[in-house]
Amino acid sequence: MKSAVIVFPGSNCDRDLAVAFEAATGAKPAMIWHRDTELPDDLDLIGVPGGFSYGDYLRSGAMAARSPVMQAVAKAADRGAYVLGICNGFQVLTETGLLPGALLRNAGGHFVCRDVALTVENAQSAFTSRYDAGESISFPVAHHDGNYFADAETLDRLEGEGRVALRYAESVNGSARNIAGILNEAGNVLGMMPHPERVIEAAHGTTDGRRLFEGLVEGLMARA
Amino acid sequence: MKARIFVTLKGGVLDPQGKAIHHALDGLGFGGVNDVRAGKLIELDLADGTSDEDIDAMCRKLLANTVIENYRIEKVA
Repeated sequence: MKSAVIVFPGSNCDRDLAVAFEAATGAKPAMIWHRDTELPDDLDLIGVPGGFSYGDYLRSGAMAARSPVMQAVAKAADRGAYVLGICNGFQVLTETGLLPGALLRNAGGHFVCRDVALTVENAQSAFTSRYDAGESISFPVAHHDGNYFADAETLDRLEGEGRVALRYAESVNGSARNIAGILNEAGNVLGMMPHPERVIEAAHGTTDGRRLFEGLVEGLMARA
Repeated sequence: MKARIFVTLKGGVLDPQGKAIHHALDGLGFGGVNDVRAGKLIELDLADGTSDEDIDAMCRKLLANTVIENYRIEKVA
C-alpha cells in the first residue's frame, strides 16, 4: 500500500499525518514537495495536511491549490486514489475544485482551537467505515477559516447524496448546516476541518481518529 | 498598462471582518454606518496589449474565488 503526504511551504501538520499514515499502513508515506509535478506511481492514499500553506496569502489554500503538485493530486483522485484533506488541506481541496463550496472566516471572527464533538453522518464511506452512523466522536479543531459555505442547492445535494460525512454537534465556526467534513461525488475524496491525526494514541487523550485511518487501510486492502 | 482588480464577497456571504470594522466605527462614535463589507484591491502591472480575456481569466482562475466572491476589473491607462 503506497501513501504520500503533500508538503507546502507553511504546512505544519504534515509530519503528524505521516505518523498516522505509517501507523495504519505499516509503511512510511512519501513526502512530496509542492514543486514536484509528478507523484509516485500507483499511490493508494494521498494526504493534504493542515497548516498555513503560503501564509494563507490571497485566501486560505488558494496558492497551494494552483501549485504543480495539486494537478497531479487531482489526476490521482480521478483514477480513484483516496485523498484526505485536513484543515488547510480541506481548504486546498475546495480551492482546487475537488470538493464543492468554500471555507470562510469563522463566523465569530475568532481562531477556534479546542476539542469538538462530531457526529458521524455517513458511516458507509471509505473514510468512516469503522464508525457507526450517528456515533458521537471528539476531534480537535484549530482553524480561523473553517466556516463551510455553499449555496443552498449544493448543500441539499450534499445532504441528499450522503456526502456530509461529519457534522459538528454544535455550532463551532458558523458552518452551513454544521458541516465539518464532506465527500466528493465518487466518495474517494474527503475534506474535513477537524484533525483525526491528532487523536490516534492513548497519550492524545482519545484515539477516536485512529479508526479513520484503519478504515481507509481496510478499504484499500479489500479493493486490492 | 495597469489594471485594478476589486474583489468583494458576494451578497449573503458572511463578512466577519466587515462586522468587526463596523463595530469599531460604532465604538468611535460614528453612529450613522448601516453596514460594512471589506474586500481586496489587487493592482496588476501588465505588459501592453494584455487582452481583456487574459485579465478576466486571471480573476477567475486565481484572484477571486467565484464561489464566494465577485470581481470587478478597472483598467488604468
